[in-house]
Amino acid sequence: MENGFLFQAIIYLSAAVVCVPLAKKIGMGSVLGYLLAGIIIGPYLFGFIGEEGEDIMHFAEFGVVMMLFLIGLELEPAKLWKMRQMITRVGLSQVLITTLVFFGILYFMGTGWRQSLAISTSLALSSTAITLQSLKEKDQMNSSAGRNSFAVLLMQDIAVIPILAVLPLIALAATSDVDIDHMSPIAQFPGWLQTLLVFGAVILVVVSGRYIIIPMLRLIAKTRLRELFVGGALLVVLGIAFLMELVGLSPALGTFLGGVILANSQFKHELESDLEPFKGLLLGLFFIAVGASINFGLIGENALMVFAATLSILLVKSLILFGIGKMNKISTDQNLIFAFGLSQVGEFAFVTFSFATELNILNSKTTEILMAVTALSMTFTPLLLLFNERLLLPYIGTKKKEEKPHDEMEESNKVILAGFSHYGSTVGRFLRANGINATILDSDSDRVNLLRKMGFEVYYGDVTRVDLLEMAGARDAKILISAIRNPETNYHLVTMVKKHFPNLELMVRAQDRMEAFELMELKVPHIYMQNLESAVRMGKDVLIKMGFRAHTVHRLAQDFIKYDEDSLVELAKVKNDKKAFISTVRKAIEMQENLLSFELNRRFSLNDHAWDSETIKEGEEETK
Amino acid sequence: MRNILVLMAHPKLEHSKVISGLMASINGLENVHITDLYECYPDFNIDVQHEQEMLFGADIIVWMHPLYWYSAPPLLQQWIDLVLEYNWAYGHKGIYLKGKYLFNAVSTGGSPEAYSAKGHHGYQLKEFLLPYKQTARLCNMNYLPPFQIAGTHNITSEKLNLQINDFKALIIHLRDSPNLSDLENLPFLNDFKQ
Repeated sequence: MENGFLFQAIIYLSAAVVCVPLAKKIGMGSVLGYLLAGIIIGPYLFGFIGEEGEDIMHFAEFGVVMMLFLIGLELEPAKLWKMRQMITRVGLSQVLITTLVFFGILYFMGTGWRQSLAISTSLALSSTAITLQSLKEKDQMNSSAGRNSFAVLLMQDIAVIPILAVLPLIALAATSDVDIDHMSPIAQFPGWLQTLLVFGAVILVVVSGRYIIIPMLRLIAKTRLRELFVGGALLVVLGIAFLMELVGLSPALGTFLGGVILANSQFKHELESDLEPFKGLLLGLFFIAVGASINFGLIGENALMVFAATLSILLVKSLILFGIGKMNKISTDQNLIFAFGLSQVGEFAFVTFSFATELNILNSKTTEILMAVTALSMTFTPLLLLFNERLLLPYIGTKKKEEKPHDEMEESNKVILAGFSHYGSTVGRFLRANGINATILDSDSDRVNLLRKMGFEVYYGDVTRVDLLEMAGARDAKILISAIRNPETNYHLVTMVKKHFPNLELMVRAQDRMEAFELMELKVPHIYMQNLESAVRMGKDVLIKMGFRAHTVHRLAQDFIKYDEDSLVELAKVKNDKKAFISTVRKAIEMQENLLSFELNRRFSLNDHAWDSETIKEGEEETK
Repeated sequence: MRNILVLMAHPKLEHSKVISGLMASINGLENVHITDLYECYPDFNIDVQHEQEMLFGADIIVWMHPLYWYSAPPLLQQWIDLVLEYNWAYGHKGIYLKGKYLFNAVSTGGSPEAYSAKGHHGYQLKEFLLPYKQTARLCNMNYLPPFQIAGTHNITSEKLNLQINDFKALIIHLRDSPNLSDLENLPFLNDFKQ
């Protein structure tokens, strides 16, 4: 029974379904939830899954592979070029310094230089999945912590190429009786040829992206078979991954490269929406597998060593990161998020460690302990971030609220403005220009400090927390404006406000129609589509340039905006009939179609007869 | 009981004593509906159908506004342009306003004497309001004399309150009195006595 596929699938899925919502509920983030699920069903706790955990992990690594492909898709080469300074200044220095420090420590502890090099390079890498996921959940992607973390992760991704390329060379020097069968297919070639093949494969990916993959996708797209396109997308990812494994490179890196190549193609969004669910599920599986593969037996025997190693690695890595952050003038708050966020050993380490074992650089016991340390460090990261957010930052970082003499605090503002990005700041400035001071909530500490200097009343922290809103005077305020970009944060904020502060009138920015629908389901009375006015204004100017009279266009535009808002309500009524499984991007396209066909049937002309003598002339003709 | 629809147009009501006082005095009266035009249509984008429905349900229509440059504020003019459609309000099939009463309730900075042949403005108020009178006639409505609060720049609040009370009494009379034909011959509706 236990080996049945269905049984396995049920165990994994139910563990995830139970643990992830629980973890999110207590504010730990989904990664820790998945890890916990893995530990619970793993061989050392309930034992639902045994040794096959590692096979699953191998399979689930594809989640990481796909994630990198999707990250690559998001990254246009031009954007990468723009980030080059941050990538080298922050990213490169992190990889080099961390590697050097660990190498030094290990070497002086008496480890051989080969082992030291293999281990230290692996330890320098951080977990893309954990870091990005937690940054996203905390809405920190656009803060300086987010951007710097991203630069470091990118540099680490790039660093995997030389690391994996160099390992065989070290091994070659280490021993001659390598067990060739268990190594990558090119391992029987001499070192220089291997290195050459590695670079050849990378070049092949770059070239084939343009000349094979895009024409192939175009061909598939013409068949208009959706499942075939999903198949094609999977084929691209699997193909690149296979090629990379063939030359012993990280498949994740190869697909990342493939993603970057395809980022400029017209299939970008299609690929994203098709692969997203696979990525999410496999990534979850990956974390469960990591949790399950933590060898508690081994940890038990070497408990002190494993924990000491994990903690010192976390400490050393975060200290180095903090130093780099300091050098690059990241503010303390952001720097702490940056340093703790990247302090774990990443999932690439699983790959590099096992590769190094195959190459006989490391023996299997060392590898097991290192893997345990890696998994443990990943488990600690969300806890560290939680510790940082709840216990550290409130004392040393930007305060949630400013310390002011009491009398100044007494008069609380009637309007609370959550999120002070471009959108929110425009709303806030307009209000302030007219003498209405809103209390501002924001989660970017740099911005909070700046605003406080400018004399705004600003509260810092997670806007979906009840206590922060309470502190900001939500009990006595009249209106809460949410100018937050992230739909998830918006959703949490709205549900929380509805529950705890029913007196507050909600006015909410919506990213797009899908979000507007969600907000409508929550019965938010005032929803503002963020691009509507600006887009119509642009269209107005185009019509004027095409020879329309400005005032006529102005009135047409007013009608159009009203029509668009009405049609949103109409579309919301029909949208629930659709199958829930179609992806959001797909839904948005479908909605666009609906809108366009509505508009064909409705002729946009002004249907009043103001200032129009034609109808009067016709009417007079008739009566004669 | 008649239905009264007050169409009030003031571009800066927050600075007005007279018009907001008039409004406040009749606000909430039974069968009296006030449309604050500048509040409803700040972008001049008038909902024609809604306005026509409101008109159709009313027996007495009041255009309440300050007199600027011998005319109404532009939004009221926009309202007239858009709402009083051909073949709805006037023209061969335009029968929907027939028999309703209409008058202007205006505030003027100038004194009553300024609005005379020898006064500062050279003509009587009703002469300046001629376009409105003829608009009413074209729509087959009965145009009543204007209600005027004059000299608003230096009016005392006692005097203003008296006139506001007169206005309220007038509105109630218009709403409840069985016969309104005697009002048409008054020079001003201010002269109406219960």
